[in-house]
Amino acid sequence: MEQPEQDFAAKTELPAPAALQTRRSDAPVADTPGATIFDTRDVAIFYGSFQAVTDVSLSIYENEITAFIGSSGSGKTTVLRAFNRMNDLVPGARVEGEMYYRGASLYGKDVSPIAVRRRIGMVFQKPNPFPKSIYDNVAYGPRINGERNKHKLNEIVERSLRQAALWDEVKNRLNTSGLSLSGGQAQRLCIARTIAVEPDVVLMDEPASALDPIATTAIEDLMQELKTQFTIVIVTHNMQQATRVSDRTAFFSVLVNPESDTRTGVLVEYGRTEQIFQDPQDSRTQAYVTGRMG
Amino acid sequence: MAAVTGDEQKADLREPPSWRRTKNRIATALMVLAFVLVIIPLGFVLFTVVAKGISIINWSFLTSPIPSIVAPANEGGIGPAVVGTLEITGLATVITVPLGILGAIYLNEYGGKNPLARAIGFFSDVMTGVPSIVMGLFIFSIWVLHFGFSGLAGAFALGCLMLPIVIRSTYEMLRLVPNALREGSYALGATKARVTVTVVLPAAIGGIVSGALLAVARALGETAPLLFTILGGLTTLNANVFSGANTALPLLIFTNATQPYPGAQDRGWGAALTLIVLAFILMIASRLVTARFSRYSR
Repeated sequence: MEQPEQDFAAKTELPAPAALQTRRSDAPVADTPGATIFDTRDVAIFYGSFQAVTDVSLSIYENEITAFIGSSGSGKTTVLRAFNRMNDLVPGARVEGEMYYRGASLYGKDVSPIAVRRRIGMVFQKPNPFPKSIYDNVAYGPRINGERNKHKLNEIVERSLRQAALWDEVKNRLNTSGLSLSGGQAQRLCIARTIAVEPDVVLMDEPASALDPIATTAIEDLMQELKTQFTIVIVTHNMQQATRVSDRTAFFSVLVNPESDTRTGVLVEYGRTEQIFQDPQDSRTQAYVTGRMG
Repeated sequence: MAAVTGDEQKADLREPPSWRRTKNRIATALMVLAFVLVIIPLGFVLFTVVAKGISIINWSFLTSPIPSIVAPANEGGIGPAVVGTLEITGLATVITVPLGILGAIYLNEYGGKNPLARAIGFFSDVMTGVPSIVMGLFIFSIWVLHFGFSGLAGAFALGCLMLPIVIRSTYEMLRLVPNALREGSYALGATKARVTVTVVLPAAIGGIVSGALLAVARALGETAPLLFTILGGLTTLNANVFSGANTALPLLIFTNATQPYPGAQDRGWGAALTLIVLAFILMIASRLVTARFSRYSR
């Protein structure tokens, strides 16, 4: 599990983010992905005897935003939570197949889920600030990782809140409760809290689904900023959001087993976002992205 | 706003007279009645105790040794019983509250559905229903018979009463902490112990303190478990809570109130008021502490 420390300075010198490239279908997009962050092969995830997801094989690349789309019950969130082993917290959850993070098996024998989550952060669907002050919310991660230096913590808190585009709104009330913020602010606080530990990857589970359009735009703009430093994987129900923010899209669908009446999610198609939305190869993908299904 | 034209009828937004409205009124009246019925005995108890006890209370009453049972009201006081109650209940709290909270943390955060946790939860609930005198007998037979009467034995007996209350109330409070908070902490790379100490406990602290306080208040007034463990009947202060017979306010109230002597009865009322005031002070102190702990939870 030992990995070289992330060099964020070097990462920011990468070529212009893909989001700045044109998105028109007639302009061919050069597909030159960065390093592979996640690599999954034939992943299947079970909750007890219930198979929630099957056949997930995909690669996620550095400094890109990868979107998972698909109808409810298609296993997007389950797969996302497998990337930082959050499913370990669900009794009976089990992952089959291979899942690699920067070449290391995520479910290997000596892998500590704590170390995994330290590198792979997560933002949840519902903003979940801790019942602590705004400052303590952001400083929480650095503190549990052993940072005690008051001066450094101040720096981290300010930098993280600035990155999350929340600093100007809260700089004069860092000591008020994190629960006093509006939904959009609270979600940005949660993003600030996540990036305060300088993770390598940020997983986002429908981060804007509970927010109004203005707050959603703020979060989306933020993601474009953040992807120069982090790799982002986002689950979304909102297809416009996927086209707006993501570089690659994975479309999940539901397989219904008529005998046992169980529904299992499956990865149908994965590719560059333009391709998925404009030239889908699978009829199910086409039906979904054109709004005829799901 | 659109003006209402002359011939257009205004919307009638009043609740129409109906059985539904009647039911609503009946239910409201019943609730007010229930509230009054609850308040009356409570008020009477408080009023009687204050009225009969306030005249005897002064500093010397609270600190002087206990006089002979036949002594008039202006002689002696209840000092040893005040000290005994504070010591014994305090010791019981120090033993029980941490143990109970740790037990509840095990049940809710670690035990899950495993058989041991289920068994502990079940027996703890059974313990809630055990009569307090049985707890006293229990400690009498396993402790007092070997080591003699002591404040410590009394604290053990009170602790047996308090433990299930602390466990149950803490457990219910921990269950109320949203899982989203735990996940938020886990997602930052926190270990289970960290999640529990830095997120779950602070989020539940208000309720935990309230529950612990309920247990302390219950123990403050218990007489039966102390009869077999601290003996009572002491007239001078025994500051050593770990050995020798001791006394406490409930025992003093019991022995004095059952006497025909007016001085003893007055001392009984004074002790009763002292006990109520102690519980009241404790309540306020814990509210202040809790407010400080949970100032960010809203």
